[in-house]
Amino acid sequence: MIKAILIFNNHGKPRLIRFYQYFAEDMQQQIIRETFHLVSKRDDNVCNFLEGGSLIGGSDYKLIYRHYATLYFVFCVDSSESELGILDLIQVSCSFVFVETLDKCFENVCELDLIFHMDKVHYILQEVVMGGMVLETNMNEIVAQVEVQNRMEKSEGGLSAAPARAVSAVKNMNLPEIPRNINIGDINIKVPSLSPF
Amino acid sequence: MSDVVEKTLTALPSLLSLDSHPGSAKLSSTSKLGNLIRGITELTSKHEEEKLIQHELLAIKEQVSSPNTTMRQMKELMVRSIYCEMLGYEASFSYIHAIKLAQQGTVLEKRVGYLAVSLFLNESHELLLLLVNTVLKDLQSTNLIEVCMALTVVSQMFPKDMIPAILPLVEEKLNHPKEIIRRKAVLALYKFYLIAPNQVQHIHNKFRKALCDKDPGVMTASLHIYLQMIQENPEAYKDLTPSFVTILKQVVGGKLPMDFNYHTVPAPWLQIQLLRILSLLGKNDQSTSEVMYEVLDESLQRAEMNHNITYAILYECVKCIYTIHPKSDLLEKAAKCIGNFVLSPKINLKYLGLKALTYVVQQDPKLALQHQMTIIECLDHPDLIIKRETLELLFRITNGQNVTVIVEKMLEFLCISEDDHTTIDLVGKVAELAEKYPLKYNEWFIETMNTVFSLGGDMMQPDIPNSFLKLLSEGFDSVEEDRKLRLFAVNSYIPLLRGEPGKLPQRFLQVISWVLGEYSHLREDLEPAEVLSLLAKLLDMKNSSSETKSWVLMAMTKLCKGGADASVTQEVSETYSSSLDTVLRQRAHELQYLSQDPELRARVLPRGAKPETLEVDSSLSFLDRFVSEALAAGAAPYKPPHQRQEELDQSKALSLEPYGLSLPISMSSCSITDRQSPTLLSMSSGLSGDTLKLDGIKRVWGREGYLAQREPVEEAAQVEVPSPIQSPGRQGEGDSLHSQTPTQTPTPEPEQEKQQLASSLFVGLASQSSVSLMGKSEPMPQRFRRKAKGQGLGSSFIANEQISSSLISPPSAVDNLLCNNLLDSNNASELAEQTSQLSQSLTTANGTCHAEAELTESDTKGCNPALRRDNCVVAAGPGPHNDPGRLTEVCLDSYLPAELSGLSHSEIAPLCANQSLNLSACHVQKEDSLILVVFIMNSSESAIQQIPAGEVTSYSVAVGQYSLTVKRPAVHVEVVGTVSYQLPAGTSQSLQFSYKVPLTSFIRPFVVSTEEYGTMWLSFSHDTKQNLTLINDNQEPLTATLNALKKKLQLHVVEVIGMEGIVACRLLQDLPCLMHCRVNAGWLAVWLRSPVPDLPDCLIYHCQRALQSL
Repeated sequence: MIKAILIFNNHGKPRLIRFYQYFAEDMQQQIIRETFHLVSKRDDNVCNFLEGGSLIGGSDYKLIYRHYATLYFVFCVDSSESELGILDLIQVSCSFVFVETLDKCFENVCELDLIFHMDKVHYILQEVVMGGMVLETNMNEIVAQVEVQNRMEKSEGGLSAAPARAVSAVKNMNLPEIPRNINIGDINIKVPSLSPF
Repeated sequence: MSDVVEKTLTALPSLLSLDSHPGSAKLSSTSKLGNLIRGITELTSKHEEEKLIQHELLAIKEQVSSPNTTMRQMKELMVRSIYCEMLGYEASFSYIHAIKLAQQGTVLEKRVGYLAVSLFLNESHELLLLLVNTVLKDLQSTNLIEVCMALTVVSQMFPKDMIPAILPLVEEKLNHPKEIIRRKAVLALYKFYLIAPNQVQHIHNKFRKALCDKDPGVMTASLHIYLQMIQENPEAYKDLTPSFVTILKQVVGGKLPMDFNYHTVPAPWLQIQLLRILSLLGKNDQSTSEVMYEVLDESLQRAEMNHNITYAILYECVKCIYTIHPKSDLLEKAAKCIGNFVLSPKINLKYLGLKALTYVVQQDPKLALQHQMTIIECLDHPDLIIKRETLELLFRITNGQNVTVIVEKMLEFLCISEDDHTTIDLVGKVAELAEKYPLKYNEWFIETMNTVFSLGGDMMQPDIPNSFLKLLSEGFDSVEEDRKLRLFAVNSYIPLLRGEPGKLPQRFLQVISWVLGEYSHLREDLEPAEVLSLLAKLLDMKNSSSETKSWVLMAMTKLCKGGADASVTQEVSETYSSSLDTVLRQRAHELQYLSQDPELRARVLPRGAKPETLEVDSSLSFLDRFVSEALAAGAAPYKPPHQRQEELDQSKALSLEPYGLSLPISMSSCSITDRQSPTLLSMSSGLSGDTLKLDGIKRVWGREGYLAQREPVEEAAQVEVPSPIQSPGRQGEGDSLHSQTPTQTPTPEPEQEKQQLASSLFVGLASQSSVSLMGKSEPMPQRFRRKAKGQGLGSSFIANEQISSSLISPPSAVDNLLCNNLLDSNNASELAEQTSQLSQSLTTANGTCHAEAELTESDTKGCNPALRRDNCVVAAGPGPHNDPGRLTEVCLDSYLPAELSGLSHSEIAPLCANQSLNLSACHVQKEDSLILVVFIMNSSESAIQQIPAGEVTSYSVAVGQYSLTVKRPAVHVEVVGTVSYQLPAGTSQSLQFSYKVPLTSFIRPFVVSTEEYGTMWLSFSHDTKQNLTLINDNQEPLTATLNALKKKLQLHVVEVIGMEGIVACRLLQDLPCLMHCRVNAGWLAVWLRSPVPDLPDCLIYHCQRALQSL
């Protein structure tokens, strides 16, 4: 089972947090901090698996993460999940997050896009992982679902939501090969020097 | 490729060039969330952020509570609250509004509402109840999206108690025409299964239907449920194996729609799931495994190594092949696969390869040999995770030859590891290895353990230092080796203490002080005074915990010899004898006294004591004398809490009876009677007067104490076979009892209780053989021996606690007793109640209404000795259904009633005799009763008239049989009765007898299923635990022991699972007792539970006896 999905940036600022097991609010923050602490120490050329910190529950838990540009995507899972399977699931889900919600390819992605559309990202994740279980790994199905919802939004809100378009892009994309210097868009982000702790 | 993909492919280029400023296009400048986020990114400190968010939250709060806020605005506000919560700021005021939004909004607003609810609340949050209605409504909606949302939120969280409310609706959705709804319904049911398995039990066949759903997505979802259920109970789902195999075959064969392909691999996550299920099903099951060989082979072949996801499948495949019943050619292929993993340059694969090797290496150590070079490389890998995994692998292949190298590598890793979790784990492993192979490498062992202690610090498991010390003190076969080992330890610690002991962890210091205290004398050139001063230095250190200090003080106690060291010890003990910490103060006092009295010290802490005979006298029997003295001085005996509670409940009821005569008077009247008629009567009153006290002793010191006490006591009881001949001897005892009684209970007793006591005495059915005056004196020598043993152990650390408690306990025991005195009513009444209950049950069992009526009469008139005798006679006399045989032969066997003759009976034992009558008895075990058969033989020349019925002619035998039941269990049940008869001359006479039956005769097997056992176990309140010896003569000690118990005690072995076994029996008629046995460190840890108080205690005693007698 997936216990939690954490997305935070290079400075440990949470960008999207979803727990599938109950933790108290302050415990959640501590988990985020500790996970960031563990993950951020690691180079990009080491393996993507971590034996869980003692916080989330000892050796039965694993952290499986990917690092894209300025963001870390971390899945906390228990031993019933396949490591490599989850690793690809991260790839799938974040491809969807970017490609589907944000109407753009990875080249143009920026971390702020993610938080500006936090709710949408949650909806997409809901289609992939439901209550801690991997619900759907059929790309077309996810696209269809998101599309239905987007259409709804369109009819109501006037924001032009894009149709699904990138199924094959997702299917055949190999994220690690994508250049890491990502165009941050037109927002001039001052990288916040907040100490996250 | 499918249509969708093609469409999207064509659309892609235009989309990619859509706009170059995506960020700005999406962000409406007026978006408040946008402003907030922008605001936060511009901040420079945590403090400012906090201020901004608090401000924001205030604004949100104001807006959400305003009545003018539209749902649409509310939706936007919710997103902002979610953002704030994510950053760790509480926005609890918005929870209720989130629920409201989900309730009242349009579809889009609802969606935000549900999302906010699922992020804010948890399963046990009280507000969640408000959502139930909304979910119900949405489940019934015709809008698919609403149904989807409802199912999603249900599968995220739902109050457990409310599941029944929505379960029918969710079940209904399993037949929904849309597959997405069916799929979500299956997952929602899975969630229900996880949080409340009982509530979805009835729909298991629906899960099967979901598994056969025509949509592969629904089928995939149902696999989650099956994986879980098969994990819990693989046996129940073996029949599904062929189905899973067929599904996997189709998936591997590419029968699924292309939609499910991912990087040209068909439905990889589905394959992984199926492989996991298959490995669970095929584990230890050859026939099931055979079904899956083919498909596993195909999976291995189809998976071409080209992408991560194929490796994921391969990894599962390999694991499955090694889990199920082995097949050689598959193993070969799997081994090759593992090789590919390990040798892969991709680090993730290497990691998995090592994991697979670790998993496999126990079955196939050769595989590790093949890859030894890679493993060595991995050991020096820059990635700590890889290193860690390699060490895990090495740990599994450790043997006597490579242990030093492997431990060295592990210690190296420990030095660089920063993660607490890893450190604790690894330290444990090193210690395990070091202890497993310490023999050849004395010095290595000590050095390794020293490193472990200093690196592991105070985080490590507490059993590591304990088992190290145990190893050190128990030693090995050779005395010389042991000496060297200990000497080496001492040698290595002295420099450490001379250096900077302040840097050492507390646990290590404790170990050091223990070792020095025990073994520093082995080093001849070392003056105790020096060791003492080194230890004293530890006491002065600021960071020493008080636990460490008490270890140090204990060590000093062992070392001090008076003389030259006196000043150090004197100073230390003075400092700490006024410490606030009671333990330290205790130790300081010990130190003070023992250092002044070398003789006592040598006795208490003998040098070089071996701890093998470690036997803690948990019964605290060495306090028996103290307790009996206290009791004699008027203290109330101890009662277990449940009994106290019962009595408390009873005493709450209004007592309408006037206060009667006080107990001392009744007791003395009893003993006066005793003197006048020195028969069993006197004995039984003497017995019960005494029972009362020793019973109390047992209770004061807990259940465990029970057994050690019983043995001598029982022998003593046997001496007292009641017969008139012994009566002169009795008299003195009666006297002593008499002299004791007045002091015993100054409290006035309610009349009822007194009467019960009296009636119980005179109906003559003593409750238990348990104790007598003699029993009190006999255990003494044994007790001393035990105590001495305890002192021998004094030097070992566990027993030290024991001895110290024995040193300080007298005052505390007084406290206890006083306390009991205040809390409890007198034990005498309890005993009276007990006996009377027993006697009543016995009489009823006789089946003679007459006897029962008489008994009640005796109840009321119990105080009158004259009357008592008569009643007693009737009550215990043979019933009218007697079967008097009239034969003159003395072979009593043939007098057994016909219906009992086929059954096994105990030896026919003579009870008592006088010039005219001979009484014998035996008991016969029937399936659901225990029959007491009494043979009355007339040895005189004249016929005897029995009261109330029957005549026994000269030299003939009358047989009476009585069915016995036990209401209050005791180790032995003593039946006391009187035969009263009339000689032809017309004089009426009586003869008393008593007969003892072990409780085991009342035990019958109790056939229950494991489930019933489980429910019963939880409902029983009285329990006891004890360690019993295991029978070690064959391979399966548990089974052997249980079988022996089963044979001896007529128990029913319900089930044996691994190292645990459950056993059930019942006490006639239907008083169950459950027993849970677990093999633990060479002992059989037994836990008994029963609804009947005392039954577990009594039974465990018999178990112990049964095992001892083997």
